[in-house]
Amino acid sequence: MTAKSLTFGRVFTYGLLLVAALFFLAPLYVMVVTSLKDADQIRNGNLLSLPTSLNLESWALAWSSACTGVDCRGLKPYFMNSVFMAVPAVLISTAWGAINGYVLSMWKFRGSEVLFGFLLFGVFMPFQVVLLPMSQVLGWLGLSSSIAGLVLVHCLAGMAGTTLFFRNYYTAVPRELVNAARIDGAGFWRIFWRIVLPMSTPIMMVTLIWQFTNIWNDFLFGVAFSGADSKPVTVGLNNMANTTSSVKNYNVDMAAAIIAGLPTMLVYVLAGQYFVKGLTAGAVKG
Amino acid sequence: MASPLHIKGIRKAFGKGDKTVEVLKRIDIDVAPGEFLILVGPSGCGKSTLLNIIAGLEEPTEGELHIGGKNVIGMAPAQRDIAMVFQSYALYPTMTVADNIGFALEMRKVPADVRKKRIDEVAAMLQIGHLLDRRPAQLSGGQRQRVAMGRALARDPQLFLFDEPLSNLDAKLRVEMRAEIKRLHHVSGITTVYVTHDQIEAMTLGSRIAVMKDGILQQIGTPDEIYRRPVNTYVGGFIGSPTMNFINGRVERAGEGGRFVFEGGALDLPCPEGPLATLGQRPEHVHLGDGADWRGEVVLVEPTGADTYVVVKTAVGLITVREAANTRVAVGDNVGMTVSGRHNNWFDQSTGVRLTSMDASSLFVG
Repeated sequence: MTAKSLTFGRVFTYGLLLVAALFFLAPLYVMVVTSLKDADQIRNGNLLSLPTSLNLESWALAWSSACTGVDCRGLKPYFMNSVFMAVPAVLISTAWGAINGYVLSMWKFRGSEVLFGFLLFGVFMPFQVVLLPMSQVLGWLGLSSSIAGLVLVHCLAGMAGTTLFFRNYYTAVPRELVNAARIDGAGFWRIFWRIVLPMSTPIMMVTLIWQFTNIWNDFLFGVAFSGADSKPVTVGLNNMANTTSSVKNYNVDMAAAIIAGLPTMLVYVLAGQYFVKGLTAGAVKG
Repeated sequence: MASPLHIKGIRKAFGKGDKTVEVLKRIDIDVAPGEFLILVGPSGCGKSTLLNIIAGLEEPTEGELHIGGKNVIGMAPAQRDIAMVFQSYALYPTMTVADNIGFALEMRKVPADVRKKRIDEVAAMLQIGHLLDRRPAQLSGGQRQRVAMGRALARDPQLFLFDEPLSNLDAKLRVEMRAEIKRLHHVSGITTVYVTHDQIEAMTLGSRIAVMKDGILQQIGTPDEIYRRPVNTYVGGFIGSPTMNFINGRVERAGEGGRFVFEGGALDLPCPEGPLATLGQRPEHVHLGDGADWRGEVVLVEPTGADTYVVVKTAVGLITVREAANTRVAVGDNVGMTVSGRHNNWFDQSTGVRLTSMDASSLFVG
């Protein structure tokens, strides 16, 4: 293609993209702007108008002293619950998926394909179906209403998906590589650590982002299996926004919602480039 | 140190009951210490399966396998003291060349300084010393091939196994690496089993060749034996390029002053007892000449530089003739053909098995 000219097609394309971007960015804009306004401004002003003064008070309130009923500790305890839940759950479910995928693609055994077929059910299964039995199991294990229980649930729920990711990625790795390592004297775990895992960076990133987003944003398990002291941030946010008495503090609610969503955004910004790379890796031989 | 390899009654079958597929049907091969054995055959003949069984990557359904006098059935690949070069090279992509070569030593807990020395030795032997810090992705095909061989050489194993190692290289590099492998075998003296489907590789590299088809060992012998005295029409047709000419006909007169007649021609040459037989003739033993009882039309002239291959269409099929480079024939010419009397391979027309009764007479020419 030569010099870029301003054709109708080009204008149309960019115009369409711009509209789409505005459409998706508008809610974020409203949230940010509202969180920076004070109560008077919100009541008197337009939803889209810019704040007249920069007011960060609502952010501080949302983080550490907004009230949910009589509990006025803000979002912070819930946020920390989510961190303590998401970090181990993401790491464990990713590691679990990597090992499963390694076995299912490189150490096939009688029935491994059938097993993988069953695992796929786990990817498509609506989780509402398992709420009651899961709660029963958590009770037996003595993990009801605890963060450890939530970690376990998220690991189980995510394992099918992470296994699928790794298994499909490893299927493209030549079997000869494993055979060469076996002849060289490496065993099952050594091959995994020294040869297979170092090749897995792209799919590892995909899985980490995927799992983090799912687990951090989860509401269903959080609301069903948490206790008073183990509510994740999604549940905490919901409770805070819905139980405020008298007037609604929109600015505090908006700030709290942004805080709750910030970690996933951050993960995308930091590791997003690997996400696209990982999703397309192996699709084209290279 | 060179070790012998004994393959005794190895059988490999997949599936159960009626659906059983036999990939290897009782293979017996003895490989002497230091020998370079080629397993050659078309794809699906079982040669790679046999190699994997020797390596321990697959277990045979039945049979015995001895490496260096020790039964290795049931042993893990690592314990068999073998090294293998794969078709795809199977270099570890995240390790440097040095780490690739040293990996087997590291797994065997060889101290780092000894390892380093050995890596340098092997790298010098293969002229890849300047590549030691690179990763496989930064190497050319030929360099990868050398690294793969370096990895096998590093450990000084009892047995080298090669699985079609040259098939991913371009023609020029293939010839170069072929010579390199032959040189390394000569230097190291390690017993080698080499799988290929390329009959030229088989002829040039092997001290002995085992020709396989459909899981059956067709013939095993020196390249010379295989080339001059194929045991059946399959081996005769598979080994040699261009391929052997086969002529189905009738023996009119047996013995020394024999006469063999076939559709569209006849030849005067020593013949076996008839009445029916198949004559196999290599292209270099068929000649163009006038006054022959056998004629055809030239359909293709292929100059290769050193020789010219002339393909002649006859009533019994296409016949390839190897002639001197300066041969003056053109497509469309009507030419006569003769054979030089003593290089005749006779086969049973229905079974394709070699008729050995005539071999004694052709021995004179050697």
